[in-house]
Amino acid sequence: MATSAAEFAVELSGITKRFPGVVANDDIHLQVRRGEVHALCGENGAGKSTLMKILYGMQQPDEGTISVNGEHVRFRSPSDAIKAGIGMVHQHFMLADNLTVAENILLGAEGLLGIGGAARRRIAELAGTVGLDVDPRVLVERLGVADRQRVEIIKVLYRGARTVILDEPTAVLVPQEVGELFDTLRAMRSDGFTFLFISHKLDEVRAIADSITVIRRGMSVGTADPASVTSRQLAEMMVGSELPSPETRDSTVTHREALRVEGLELAGESGARPVLTGIDLVVRAGEVLGIAGVEGNGQTELVETIMGMRRASSGTVALAGRDLSHASTLERREAGIGYVPEDRTRHGLLASQPLWANRMLGYQSRPPVSRGGFLGLLDRGAARRDTERIVAEFDVRTPSVDVPAAALSGGNQQKLVVGRELSGDPVLLIASHPTRGVDVGAQAGIWEELRRARARGLAVLLVSADLDELIGLSDRIKVMLRGTLVADADPATVTPEELGAAMTGADGSAEAVV
Amino acid sequence: MTRARTVLLPPALAIVFAALLCAVALLISGDSPVTALRVMVTQVGEGTTAVDIVNSGAIYYIAALAVAIGFQMKLFNIGIEGQYRLAACVAAIVGGALVLPPVVHTLVIIVVAAVVGAVWAGIAALLKAYRGVSEVISTIMLNFIATGLIAFLIRPDSFGVLQGNNISTAPIEPSGHFPGISFGSSGTLFGMVAVAVLLGLGYWFLLNRTRFGFELKASGESPTAATAGGVDARRMVIIALVLSGAVAGLVGLPELLGRDLAYTLTSPQGYGFTGIAVALLGRNHPLGIALGALLWAFLDKSALALDNVGVPREIVLIMQGSVVLSVVIAYEIVRRYELAAEQRRVAAQLRSAAAAEKVAS
Repeated sequence: MATSAAEFAVELSGITKRFPGVVANDDIHLQVRRGEVHALCGENGAGKSTLMKILYGMQQPDEGTISVNGEHVRFRSPSDAIKAGIGMVHQHFMLADNLTVAENILLGAEGLLGIGGAARRRIAELAGTVGLDVDPRVLVERLGVADRQRVEIIKVLYRGARTVILDEPTAVLVPQEVGELFDTLRAMRSDGFTFLFISHKLDEVRAIADSITVIRRGMSVGTADPASVTSRQLAEMMVGSELPSPETRDSTVTHREALRVEGLELAGESGARPVLTGIDLVVRAGEVLGIAGVEGNGQTELVETIMGMRRASSGTVALAGRDLSHASTLERREAGIGYVPEDRTRHGLLASQPLWANRMLGYQSRPPVSRGGFLGLLDRGAARRDTERIVAEFDVRTPSVDVPAAALSGGNQQKLVVGRELSGDPVLLIASHPTRGVDVGAQAGIWEELRRARARGLAVLLVSADLDELIGLSDRIKVMLRGTLVADADPATVTPEELGAAMTGADGSAEAVV
Repeated sequence: MTRARTVLLPPALAIVFAALLCAVALLISGDSPVTALRVMVTQVGEGTTAVDIVNSGAIYYIAALAVAIGFQMKLFNIGIEGQYRLAACVAAIVGGALVLPPVVHTLVIIVVAAVVGAVWAGIAALLKAYRGVSEVISTIMLNFIATGLIAFLIRPDSFGVLQGNNISTAPIEPSGHFPGISFGSSGTLFGMVAVAVLLGLGYWFLLNRTRFGFELKASGESPTAATAGGVDARRMVIIALVLSGAVAGLVGLPELLGRDLAYTLTSPQGYGFTGIAVALLGRNHPLGIALGALLWAFLDKSALALDNVGVPREIVLIMQGSVVLSVVIAYEIVRRYELAAEQRRVAAQLRSAAAAEKVAS
């Protein structure tokens, strides 16, 4: 079987990967022993995913080498990686809902054991290994999230993987399921499987990992022993000492109501349970209201419903006393709502259009971009000048406003979006994950701009998965779970651990997270 | 500099490539590419060819503009064919029935044609906006229905008149004609050529200077970003398809008002599909489409001239097909290359700027 001489199942050395405008991985070293759970920690945008894509053959490194079981390998595609015994379970599952469990597992791997009895026996055996307790003939659409994840793991094991990359496997799980997953991983570890566990949840990492490698800003900053390291020390390694704190200092909250949402409901698609129920919230001028929650609990839908991109089934939305419940997205924007969407490439920018054309998006009906009138003439000169203002004020690093948005790095794109949405004196800014996937410098800049706008009396509805950002910027925090606001938290006193517990529906103690 | 390269290089490469392909085909079939080329070039100066090319080009231009309006937001209006034929037929019936003063008569016919085209495309628009029916499917089907409807409308029992063994609508009185510009023995330029030019200018203005054009392009580039930016997707689908149909309605008019003066069973067909090819060739740009339309018309005429000297006319079909295909591929390659180059350039400029900053501080 595998050469027992090599100590490491996987060894990456000197991996460097550059993308336009950013070095995603800079001389990264990573050594994973056989039969261990090795955690890879880092903030969003630190380069974890890029590194794993390189290991899984989805991208080729510009420099550096990969060794598997002591042998140098070069992966041109994921199938090369699979042949070498490396499998990957993506954060977003890649399963066909309308096929059965067995069909999903066999799809594309029919050549190994056929699709008959031998394949069925192997699947049953692997189901025992990962603790999947459902009939393989059941359709995947009827499975819960935890079982789908097990199906994904079986998929890679069936293809012969001995080393499994798990990309943020706990992001979609509730605490009990996390516990069960960890039990499974421990059992499989003693069977000789190796795991690369990507996460930024430090308590989980310390609970499951045998060793930890920390990545910061594309560089490997070191390894840690989970038995001795504290979460605080890990966090410091992850963010470095120079990380700006998101803290807002003095309260600027006024009594003027900017946004009032009452009884907001959003029906699920085709009879599914409602996505949002009974949402009530108020944001005042000069106030930042943070919404905390595990992703997929309705935050995206809440924001899009307030923006009018989804039609609420009942409830009202009022901006500065004016009812906007039935207004279109453009009317809501015109009334003074700025919107920093969670996915800037999908919802915030026109990638192939120049920056000045992107300045017009969402403002096509208003000065300075529009001259108004029956034809809705656009003022391209003014749009260009105002884009130059944004570029200067928000420190968007670009040679000119004529380059397409796609040519900018993520952080600069985001600064452009934030700058645009703060134009024209909005009453309310809805910011969804405003610093996701941006570099530390841009993050500090965006935080500073949000703080300044707040001081000028802007109301901000902030949705973020980054608990430090939420606690640091918010004046009040509401916790969202399964489409409702379940708890309030005071950012002055709450800890990330307490917030995390409330987000998962466990009671407010830190132990419940793991 | 780079912009000119991005815009001009792909079509030039594509035409050269298509020409080479045709040369090879000619050599294989035993004909001389040089002769063929000479015949194609010299024919332009003979008889009415030059004027004919511009006249056909104008028709293709209008058809391609109609297609391009849809293309701007990734809508594929294959129904130009049905829209223009039905529009021309109804406009001919109305024009033949009315007695009006000169200019007004012509204007009424034009408006009727645009409205009929818009209504016919509007059916597909409503189906798409409210029922999610793909406009590709619905417009193809509407083409068939239009054919049947035309056959019904120009029956002698309906609005048709028997002319020898052909059926046609009642001829339009001279007051409804669109006067052309005569070049004597070199032919007569359709008056509608001017309308085609105006349409091109209007298209450019709409696209680049108005909110509607911006919303149209934004919807085409990223429907999700457009929605978040307050563009009403449903409204845009309806307006874009209806506008496309209205322009399509004018495609049959240059010949109807400038030459045929009645809609007949043998009125020309196929301009809608040519329009799709020309729009692709011109990359939806008003000038590009104009050049594409003229090239297409030139190749069409070449088929006749080549036939006269015994070179197979099918060579023109090869040329037309390969030029469209290679233009599409060439633009895509250049687009990807340019984007990557742009990203590298931005990164490089920022790096040197950052280095300069460090030195300065």
